[in-house]
Amino acid sequence: MKVTLISIPVRDQQKALEFYTEKLGFIKKKDLPLGGGNRWLTLVSAEWQDGPELLLEPAPNHFEPCKVFQDALMEAGYPYTQFDTDSVDADYKRLTELGVEFSMKPTEMGTVKVAVFNDTCGNNIQIVETL
Amino acid sequence: MTVYEKELNGIRGTVYSNEVQISTVIGVRNYIENHYEVDLNLDILSHIQLVSKYHLLRLFKKYYGQTPWQYLMDKRIEKAKEQLINGVSVTESCFAVGFESLGSFSTLFKTKTGKSPSEFQKEQLSRSTLD
Repeated sequence: MKVTLISIPVRDQQKALEFYTEKLGFIKKKDLPLGGGNRWLTLVSAEWQDGPELLLEPAPNHFEPCKVFQDALMEAGYPYTQFDTDSVDADYKRLTELGVEFSMKPTEMGTVKVAVFNDTCGNNIQIVETL
Repeated sequence: MTVYEKELNGIRGTVYSNEVQISTVIGVRNYIENHYEVDLNLDILSHIQLVSKYHLLRLFKKYYGQTPWQYLMDKRIEKAKEQLINGVSVTESCFAVGFESLGSFSTLFKTKTGKSPSEFQKEQLSRSTLD
């Protein structure tokens, strides 16, 4: 078995696509219709295009418990998932300038530095730099 | 402060409270990052940080979740992939990232990536041609 895909629940797939590509710099890999306005929509990292795909999944719109879980994580400030970066400080500066809102500024945690931002689609996302 | 931040503060106070240990392992990791291509071993790494090698082994595993040797091997394979993608030959890539035997390099590369170095390079080159 191989890990090739992780999913993130999003409220609006088009809005998420724009945020994750235009602000975060991911690249669209697959985009196919699933009926009812839903899409199988995956992204990859620009610098690791054969790495795992990120599925932008409209689950909160179709499955109430997913929405409840997502809301609870958001309210408590917990990240839904995390992405690695070479520099949390540089990404914090770049994303802040693009209007992205951080609930946690760059913070050292032993051998890592982390920060948490709002992806505007229902999730907190953590970025991590290994020190 | 969010619930998540409070939890991180708690972890910082319990897991990451020893600044000397953290400084030691970060120093070792940085050394590996900058010298992965030379003949590294636990004796050299422990000598640099003036700690016993078994203490260093325990500390590194505690803070990074893998041994210095495992970390070094991952680093060398990551760097070898970059070399192969840039068209450097398998043999040159092997020695450029610090392996001393083509056989052990090829075996480890296949274990880590699922492909031999030459298969990986062929796939990457054909992908860039198709793009």
